[in-house]
Amino acid sequence: MAPTQDEISAEIAAARESTARAVAAGGVPPSHPGRDYPPYRSSALRHPRKPLLRVGADPEAAEWHGPVFGVTDITALDADLTRQHQGEPLGERITVAGRVLDRGGRPVRGQLVEVWQANASGRYAHQRDQHPAPLDPHFTGVGRCLTDDQGAYAFTTVRPGAYPWRNHTNAWRPAHIHFSLFGTAFTQRLVTQMYFPGDPLFPYDPILQSVTDAAARARLVAAYDHRLSTPERSLGYRWDIVLDGPAATLPDPEEDH
Amino acid sequence: MRAPTPSQTIGPFYGYALPFPGGGDVAPVGHPEAITVRGRVYDGAGEPVPDALVETWQAAPDGSLAGEPGSLRRDPVTGGFLGRNGVDFTGFARVATDADGQWVVRTLPPPAALPYLSVCLFARGLTRHLFTRAYVDGGAAGDAVLSALPEERRGTLLARTEGPRAYRFDIRLQGPGETVFLDFGTGGES
Repeated sequence: MAPTQDEISAEIAAARESTARAVAAGGVPPSHPGRDYPPYRSSALRHPRKPLLRVGADPEAAEWHGPVFGVTDITALDADLTRQHQGEPLGERITVAGRVLDRGGRPVRGQLVEVWQANASGRYAHQRDQHPAPLDPHFTGVGRCLTDDQGAYAFTTVRPGAYPWRNHTNAWRPAHIHFSLFGTAFTQRLVTQMYFPGDPLFPYDPILQSVTDAAARARLVAAYDHRLSTPERSLGYRWDIVLDGPAATLPDPEEDH
Repeated sequence: MRAPTPSQTIGPFYGYALPFPGGGDVAPVGHPEAITVRGRVYDGAGEPVPDALVETWQAAPDGSLAGEPGSLRRDPVTGGFLGRNGVDFTGFARVATDADGQWVVRTLPPPAALPYLSVCLFARGLTRHLFTRAYVDGGAAGDAVLSALPEERRGTLLARTEGPRAYRFDIRLQGPGETVFLDFGTGGES
């Protein structure tokens, strides 16, 4: 029998308290979710039980370098998800923009940013999403861009809807946009989700709550930024991204000249 | 140091966004030295994982780790994908597992000094990606990762030769024969 929201919420609270106790005892607040996070039921059989092997810094290793992308890997329309079909998609048009940085605050330049999302009704253009919300013939929900010299990215899209899923009875995902990011090193690879400020579904969602530290969770929530709003056109949200992991030890190209 | 943006699961619906046609065809077309590396991803119940995304990254045969753009080379006329240009070696593959949990990458052999494909695995249910390595031809003598492992676990990183220029590298997320996954020193991990 599917668990109730109350049961899942109790598990969420227990995991949060466990993290709060560890931090109060002097532990480092964890940025990332534990891979074994029982409230997210699909994690049960999909996390390793043995500890990961810690690999020391090794600039010679393949992972301290990473894939590169360029102008051939994107097209001009990729960053505007509202212009990929013949008509305008339904929904509240938004701009999402920010910068991709490494932990040292250096911009990640010329790297690939990919996004995907549900449409304004909360439906993905995916055959396995069969929940009864309408597809939008004018919206697929896939975008790509390259970061500029300041590490900046920007997408125009529509605000995605919340949608139900089957983790437990009456489970709903808060509205979110999926992001995929590359750094200068493969060790910095990140796939994550961006949320919208003030969403009432936050406390109920085991995926957002898999990040058990409150400050870390807050880093997944974009800020409304009026300066990014376009008159008569779209509302603006700012979301900066910091890639974890050792960056490539290659010299910063700016320092070469 | 800035605090990192947390990871979140890739979820079940990335399939219309991230995979691209020819994502596993890293070797230049018709290259006589191309190898295939394939495998299946298994969960803790021993069932194939049909909704995982596998990415591989490796050194070019000449040892270069600079990579080349063009893995997702696009057609500006249609917005579709053209495939790699057939000449450059991008070093990067991205493939989704099929309904039977299988993935395959057609690439060039990594150099003897870095004889592995770095593998990054994503899946619904995985709150954060996992790194491992698929070593071909037994790996290099004195490899720091392989030599740090007990004999019974080392084998999980060795791609098995299953034919001429053909290797198999299965990934077991949990349980008996669990694959060795790697931590490159990221926040909250250690």
